[in-house]
Amino acid sequence: MAMDWGVFCKEITSGDQVASCWGSGADVTYLNWLLKAWGWTLSVAALALIVALVVGALVGILRTTPNRKLALFGEVWTELFRNIPLLVQIFLWYHVLPTMFKSLQAIPSFVLVVFALGLFTSARISEQVKAGILSLPKGQRHAGLAVGLTLPQTYRYVLLPMAFRIVIPPLTSESMNIVKNSSVAFAVSIAELTSFYLQAGEETSRNIEMLLAVTVTYFISAFAVNRVMAAVEKRVRVPGMIGGR
Amino acid sequence: MKKTLMAAGLALLATGLAQAADTLTKIKDAAAVTMGVRESSGALSYTLGDGKYAGFHVEICQHVLDDVKKKLGLAKLEVKYQPVTSANRIPLVQNGTVDLECGSTTNTAARQKDTAFAVTTYVEEVRIAVKANSGITNIAQLNGRNVATTTGTTSVQLLRKHERATGVDFKEFFGKDHADSFLLLESGRADAFVMDGQILAGNIAKSKSPADYRIVGEVLSVEPIAIMMRKDDPAFKKVVDDSIMALMKSGEIAKLYDKWFMQPIAPANTKVGLPASEATKLAWAKPNDKPVEDYAKK
Repeated sequence: MAMDWGVFCKEITSGDQVASCWGSGADVTYLNWLLKAWGWTLSVAALALIVALVVGALVGILRTTPNRKLALFGEVWTELFRNIPLLVQIFLWYHVLPTMFKSLQAIPSFVLVVFALGLFTSARISEQVKAGILSLPKGQRHAGLAVGLTLPQTYRYVLLPMAFRIVIPPLTSESMNIVKNSSVAFAVSIAELTSFYLQAGEETSRNIEMLLAVTVTYFISAFAVNRVMAAVEKRVRVPGMIGGR
Repeated sequence: MKKTLMAAGLALLATGLAQAADTLTKIKDAAAVTMGVRESSGALSYTLGDGKYAGFHVEICQHVLDDVKKKLGLAKLEVKYQPVTSANRIPLVQNGTVDLECGSTTNTAARQKDTAFAVTTYVEEVRIAVKANSGITNIAQLNGRNVATTTGTTSVQLLRKHERATGVDFKEFFGKDHADSFLLLESGRADAFVMDGQILAGNIAKSKSPADYRIVGEVLSVEPIAIMMRKDDPAFKKVVDDSIMALMKSGEIAKLYDKWFMQPIAPANTKVGLPASEATKLAWAKPNDKPVEDYAKK
C-alpha cells in the first residue's frame, strides 16, 4: 500500500489540502491536531509524574519508618494501587466513584486522569524508594540517630541522599512508562495521541500513516525522558559512591 | 528469455484482470464465495460468536448468494465468512479476498472510485439521544452543553462541521466505544449522545430503564448504507441488484427489517426497536446506488 503523507496537510473539517501544512485562524490541519494531541499526552504524563514522584517518595519513606501504623498505611497504599489494572482504576475514578460521591462529577476528566495515573505509578515508585532505602546498610540509620539527629533529619541528611541516587535507573523506567501509560487517557475523553490516531485514522482512512506518526511521537517523548533522566543521573553522581568515578 | 518472461507476465496479468473483473466466473469455478461481515455493526452485521455471523445485511446477502447459486446452476455453493473492519474492508474487496461485503459501509463518492455498491438497503440517520426528562428537543439547545460521541466515528467530524457551520459550541466527550458513550449519558456527565440512530436505539433498548431516554431532534446526517463489491463487474452487480430489488418489490425486505430491527434478536434476545425511517422506505421504493453526497444536497 502506498503511503500518503500529504494527509497531514488536510484541513480536518473541510478536508481541503492546506499548502503550508499549517492551518491558520479557524483552519486546523491533521498535523496541527497531531501536535496538539502530543501536547495533551505530555501534559498528562508530566503532571502525573509529579504526583507519582511526590506521593511515591512519601509512601516509600513511610514504609521504612519504625512507626508500625505509618508503615502499614504505606503497605496498604502500595498494594491497593499496584494490584488493580490501570484501565480499571481509570474507570473507577471516572465512572464508579462519581456515582457514589456526586461532587466528584464536577472534576474535569483531565484532573482525574492525572491523579489516577499518578497514584497508580506512585505505588510502583514507593516500592523502588523503599528498596533504595533498605539497600543501605542499617549502620547508616543508627549512626545518624547516634550523633543526635532526629529521625526526619536522619532521613533528610543521611539516608535519602544515597537512596534517591540508587533508585534513579528504575525511576527512569517509571518515568518513561508514564508517558506510554498516558495512552489510557483516551478512554476518558482526553484528546491525546491514541484518541487522535483512532479518530484521524477513521476520518482519513489513512490508519497506517496515522499510526506510524503516533508511534514516532511516543518514541521521541519516551526517549527524551530517558535522556533527561540520564543527564540528572550524571549531574548528581557523587565521586566514589554508587556509579560515581 | 526476456520475451517468455514478459509473455508469462502478461498472461498472469490477463488472468488476474479477468479474475478481478468477473466475479461470477470466479464463484462458479470455485463453487465458493466469500462474504465480508462485521464483528459488531449493530443489527446490520454482527457475530454470534463461534465464527457465526448474522444481521439484516448478512441475511440479505445470503438471499443474494442463493440467487447467484441458482443463476450459475451450481448444486452447492460454499459461503465463507470473512470478518472485516472499517480499515481493511475496501482493500479486501479490491484484492479479491472478499466478494461481497455485507457490513455497514456508507456509499460515498470517494469509495465509488475504488469499489461498487449495490442498491441502498438501509439509510442511517445520525440522531441525538437525551434523557427523557431533560427537556432537550433539538440540537440548538445543546449549545454549551456536554455532548457525548464515540472516538473513531464519523459523528465526531459531523459535530465539528456543525459547530463551524452554525457557530454553536458543544463540550464534546468521547467514549472509547458506544457502550462507554452511553454510560456518559446515563451517568449524567453528558446531556446528549450523538450517533447513528440504530446504535442509539440498540443502546437504549439494552439500558436499565429504556423509558428514561428519548431520541430527539432533527436528523443530523443521512448516510446510505449498502452492500459493497468489486468495481467494474457489471454482470455481478446486476445479479446482486436484481436479487435485492426483487426483495424490495415483493416487500420481503420490510419483513426482514422487522425481523432484525423490531423483534428480539440473538444472542441477548433484545430489541433494537427502530422502525424503518422514511429515508430507508424511500430507498426501497426507488432503488438506487447514489452516494451520500447526493443525499446531502437535498
